[in-house]
Amino acid sequence: MSRQYIIRKILIMIPSLLGISLVLFTVLAMAPGDPFEELATNPAIPPEVRAALRAKFGLDDPVWTRYLHWLVAMIQGDWGFSFVSRMDVDKLILQRLPVTLIVIGSSQIIAILVALPVGVLAATRPYSLFDQVANTLAFVGFSLPTFFTGLLFILVFSIQLDWLPFVYRANIDATGWQFYWEHIKQSIMPVMVLGLFQGASLVRFVRSSVLDVIKLDYVTTARSKGIGERKVITKHVVRNALIPVVTLVALQLPIVFGGAIVTEQIFRVPGIGSLLISSMLSNDTPVVMAVTFVIACLVVFFNLLADIIYGWLDPRISYR
Amino acid sequence: MNEHELRGLIGKVKAGKMSRRGFVQRMMAVGIAAPFATQLLVHSGVAMAQAKNTYKPTKRGGGGPLKVLWWQGPTLLNPHFAVGTKDQDGSRLFYEPLAAWDDEGNLSAKLAAEIPTRENGGLSADGKSVTWKLKQGVTWHDGKPFTADDAVFNWEYAKDPATASVTIGSYQDVTVEKVDQFTIVVKFAKPTPFWADAFVGTRGMLIPKHLFAEFIGAKSRDAPTNLKPVGTGPYLFREFKPGDLVTGVINPNYHQANKPYFDSIEMKGGGDAVSAARAVLQTGEFDFAWNMQVEDEILSRLEKGGKGRVQVTPGGNIEHMQLNTTDPWTEVDGERSSVKTKHPTLSDPAVRQAIALIIDNKSVEQHIYGRTGPATRDFLNNPQRYRSKDNPIDFNVDKANDILEKAGWKKGSDGIRAKDGKKLKFVYQTSINQPRQKTQAIIKQSAQKAGIDMELKSVTASVFFSSDVANPDTYTKFYCDLQMYTTTMSQPDPQLFMNQFTSWEVSTKENKWQGRNITRWRNEEYDKIFRASEGELDPVKRTAMFIKMNDMAVQNGVVIGIVQRPTVSALATKLNANISGWDNNTSDLSDWFKEA
Repeated sequence: MSRQYIIRKILIMIPSLLGISLVLFTVLAMAPGDPFEELATNPAIPPEVRAALRAKFGLDDPVWTRYLHWLVAMIQGDWGFSFVSRMDVDKLILQRLPVTLIVIGSSQIIAILVALPVGVLAATRPYSLFDQVANTLAFVGFSLPTFFTGLLFILVFSIQLDWLPFVYRANIDATGWQFYWEHIKQSIMPVMVLGLFQGASLVRFVRSSVLDVIKLDYVTTARSKGIGERKVITKHVVRNALIPVVTLVALQLPIVFGGAIVTEQIFRVPGIGSLLISSMLSNDTPVVMAVTFVIACLVVFFNLLADIIYGWLDPRISYR
Repeated sequence: MNEHELRGLIGKVKAGKMSRRGFVQRMMAVGIAAPFATQLLVHSGVAMAQAKNTYKPTKRGGGGPLKVLWWQGPTLLNPHFAVGTKDQDGSRLFYEPLAAWDDEGNLSAKLAAEIPTRENGGLSADGKSVTWKLKQGVTWHDGKPFTADDAVFNWEYAKDPATASVTIGSYQDVTVEKVDQFTIVVKFAKPTPFWADAFVGTRGMLIPKHLFAEFIGAKSRDAPTNLKPVGTGPYLFREFKPGDLVTGVINPNYHQANKPYFDSIEMKGGGDAVSAARAVLQTGEFDFAWNMQVEDEILSRLEKGGKGRVQVTPGGNIEHMQLNTTDPWTEVDGERSSVKTKHPTLSDPAVRQAIALIIDNKSVEQHIYGRTGPATRDFLNNPQRYRSKDNPIDFNVDKANDILEKAGWKKGSDGIRAKDGKKLKFVYQTSINQPRQKTQAIIKQSAQKAGIDMELKSVTASVFFSSDVANPDTYTKFYCDLQMYTTTMSQPDPQLFMNQFTSWEVSTKENKWQGRNITRWRNEEYDKIFRASEGELDPVKRTAMFIKMNDMAVQNGVVIGIVQRPTVSALATKLNANISGWDNNTSDLSDWFKEA
């Protein structure tokens, strides 16, 4: 893999990001709705106020001037100003980021921790009882949408058993162990819902990937050399089987930053996802634009990263 | 009871021959509700009785944390920018107005020393000025004293168009002068019967001059205090995450003795109404949840958990049907529903009458809204003193058939009535919202029986309620025959509310469909009464005018009330909270407490 390759890839990123931002901006500009709509329905507010606000935030300019303004500001590091909260968009996003990273990040970790051993074990004993059970559960897991499992969890663990709270509170008035315990308690349900959903599809992926590798000649060779089964699996099979899995995980990472809209809404997790949805509902375009654009950047970036990791893990693949 | 008798009784109370209570009871006996009766006394120069006080705690604090759930969290905390109720409610944790509206539409003093009346010289005889005496010894959260300068500053701040405050409507037409350190005068250009707008209730919250003085006008958005409120309220600001969380701790120097009861407050946002109801009524994780837009059936089921209860507070919001007076299907000068046209079939009063007869309000209440939507035919329902007694709910399909038959609308082979080749076919639109679609179905069904065909149309709420000039489906364009939605009444005075039928408010292309008269009904008599009510200082006469205006709109079939939409909240069993339908949910927060 050459340095040139990476540079070329990065250069390609620029026009694609520009294209993405242009599409996002025009779609948002054309979408119905007005951030100051509530003002229009309120009789106590004269229409001039709304007109003044629209003018102040430049909403009456043509779309392309607004886009250029936005682009120039964005390049200078100014992410925009929220119409609804009247504060800088980057501040809003930074407020939400820690919770998103913790909740979604730990759900990804859970997903990997569950999927790896289960997938590998299922593949080494294909069509055994364990494989069947794991497969069935995986199917159930990724067939059930998170809003369903989320509600189910709430019904069982919060309402019937009364073990866990279902409203996530970012400010916990406790210190020391109590603080961590409360945080873990309220995170269990959202993390589990997301983790199991992602884990389920990952299990299937790991399993098929291991199955592909386990049949290869070099594995038979390793076995015939008298290497123990456990060592064959961990050192020879899993290492190679994981190459596609690693790229898959890398491609999923932007989700960690983007949050999980549905799950965040159900458990009231104040993450990026819930910020995005509430901004959409209130037509707060600068926030929607910033969040979607950041996610787009991350997707492009992690794509590049996946490419690079892939080449690094598997030297057979060369780039020119 | 006529005006003369009424005045006689008021005279007796004044002379001390009759007790206030006796007067109120007499009034109630003849069907005048208590709040109206007390209001009559106020305006006639009798001091208002102290508002009922149910506050029990005998010391400040000790109540632990108060956890409240707003399923849409506040997104900003400057009351002059607070657009939605959620933002006003959030700002109200820290900021206070001079006076607040209670649940019956009466004023209670907050930062004012007393409510201005004719008696105490607060209200001038010509109705052109109000003198407010401010409470002394009140300090802002940072220790600076609250004075008349702050009040005057709020007027200057809000009325400046460059500030782009949403409260501008309450301040731009008045002038405010400082009399002394603790007295201000609000002056009106002409006699103003409804004087309690500026400095009162949702739009009256006061911000400190010393922190905002530099940020008046165009710089308003840069004020750091926009996000870190410093007010006079019962709680000190702690933390704010827009859309998610507002927290505060007890204000040890709060200006009312022994208040507040709770040591801290946490206002959590996000999620949906049903799960918010669940968190209060079923699991008890939270003490209070706002705006329970949940079917009553579900609420009742959740209430069985025994952890909380539902509280319904009457207000003026009304789910109603509008009948177009113009022709939505003909384009004139680039707009449909133009005032230059007449509706081809709805212009016949018989048709309007028939439509009113096929609306089954009682079923809508029973099967859809329950406690959260009492049936009514009136447009103006609350405060009680303004409610007409002359529009009973009359659901009678046979009568509708009869009227249409007599007016010459004959049923065709398809069962739809027609006259002169014009069929009784209507497009009936509303926003997408389950109860609304159910209501549409109920009405369509009985319309069918009367030979009226209704095509149901539902528009996404974000489009329907938008003011997008390019979109034909907004409610202000009203490009169809009938439509239904809830209109809000944010003040206990109906003046602003009733301008929805005045001819100068007609929604047209010219005013970018921002006029408030959506039905485009125009009536000279109505206009005249409305103009008169704007300057009428006699409350009895003025009340009669509003009732008359309501009756004109309803009886002419311009609008048909369907159900009232009161404020519905969920409260923990022990929580004692006074919610007002005329003010913010948190307007009485300093008095909230938990029963021992």
